[in-house]
Amino acid sequence: MFKTPLYDIHLALNAKIAPFGGWLMPIQYTGIIQEHNWTRAFAGIFDICHMGEFMLQADLAKSNFNDLVTINLRDMPLKSCRYGFMLNAQGGIIDDLLVYRIANAEWMIVVNAATTNGDFAYLKKHLTGATRFENISATLGKLDLQGPLAAEVLTDLVGADITTLQYYTFGYFNLLNELIIISRTGYTGELGYELYMPNNKIPELWQKLLNDQRVKPIGLGARDTLRLEMGYSLYGQDIDEGRTPIEAGLKYFISWDKEFIGKEALLKQKQAGAGRRMVYFIADSRRSPRHNYRIFYNGEDVGSVTSGSFSPSLGFGIGMGYVSREILAGEKIILKDAAVSITAKVVNKPFYKNGTVKSKEIKHANTR
Amino acid sequence: MLIPDNLFYTKDHEWAKIEGDSAIIGITDFAQSSLGDITFIDLPKLGAKVKQSEWCATVESVKAASDVYAPLSGEVTKTNTELANHPELVNKFPYESGWFAVIKVADLAEKSKLMTWLNINNSSRD
Repeated sequence: MFKTPLYDIHLALNAKIAPFGGWLMPIQYTGIIQEHNWTRAFAGIFDICHMGEFMLQADLAKSNFNDLVTINLRDMPLKSCRYGFMLNAQGGIIDDLLVYRIANAEWMIVVNAATTNGDFAYLKKHLTGATRFENISATLGKLDLQGPLAAEVLTDLVGADITTLQYYTFGYFNLLNELIIISRTGYTGELGYELYMPNNKIPELWQKLLNDQRVKPIGLGARDTLRLEMGYSLYGQDIDEGRTPIEAGLKYFISWDKEFIGKEALLKQKQAGAGRRMVYFIADSRRSPRHNYRIFYNGEDVGSVTSGSFSPSLGFGIGMGYVSREILAGEKIILKDAAVSITAKVVNKPFYKNGTVKSKEIKHANTR
Repeated sequence: MLIPDNLFYTKDHEWAKIEGDSAIIGITDFAQSSLGDITFIDLPKLGAKVKQSEWCATVESVKAASDVYAPLSGEVTKTNTELANHPELVNKFPYESGWFAVIKVADLAEKSKLMTWLNINNSSRD
């Protein structure tokens, strides 16, 4: 089991620790609901050092890198990032990832923790024409700062330039004598940033952020409820190699105007109609649907729940799962396991609609 | 960890406060703390007959659902209806307003299978 540079600090903060993707990670500090609500109202920091990062030098005219992801890398402006997938030939999702365009022919790829080594091996095998391809996960750490006050907190640390960062762009900022990448991205539905700092300075950065009273540490428990309220997929649970972006309702992240591995399979599926599709639902009570509960529609077993939880923001159980037929928003379904039966209503994502993620009006430090 | 000395306990961290031929039941401070934020409680129905060591309630936290077993056998005469909208009372006051139910105890001799605070105090230190 791996430990992040903050492992001992999490223990000292009395965090509950559990394995996630091969890593011992903090699940909660004071309580999932409290941490969830703090992130929605103020700002939280998340230890995300378990995720993987690759550095890549590849001129798109000479390399096949653009064929290995669903993002059209040619369209990416410098200092922008994009969300997309690596697919297998059947269109199954090998991983979901972020690509950062650092320079014309220089890229950073950010991948999930459990899939880091597999992704690196896959890319190494299929990538041609790259002049550098390196797994820097062991030396590069990452902290996510998320919440409506994230911009004003970071302004105090790196200057007002941070507020000029648009959604899904990044810049280099001077922090703790390092020039680091900070992107305006995240996984919570709130205004937020991801900070890529060398591992040896992660504890110092963590402490500096925590010294700010607007910031509290947030565990993976709240990270999960925050992302689920937005309807964001979790790799290994909602999406995997056996599911396609079309089934997962993520075709918005596919660039159809270029070639990529898996495209043919996706086009076929698009034409024929996917056999199953992701639906999102709200329970009629506080009761949570759970992973693997069966989904019933008009008495018929039509699929199963992939993610489910109590939603702290809504006060109801919420979840997502695959079903074998079309079910429209507003229609009733029943979620069942041996002992439990929950009535729920199909809805459109996101569940939580007041997130500040795309906020253009960033609060400044003078609001303090 | 708070362990009142006037209650009886099961090894699974349920408690019973015996008053005459009735018992108020709930879960311990240790149990609520292990579960984390409690979001929903499925209580037994009024009039239901529960049996010692068998299912009497389900407690859901953000992460998981856990069964609660009856510390004593008997008939449910009262349930804590406050918990429907405020399950967090179990986190905040596990021995007071976070109680689950009152049961009319069928056989007070079952008390011998429960632990006093001294026993449970020692066992949770193991």
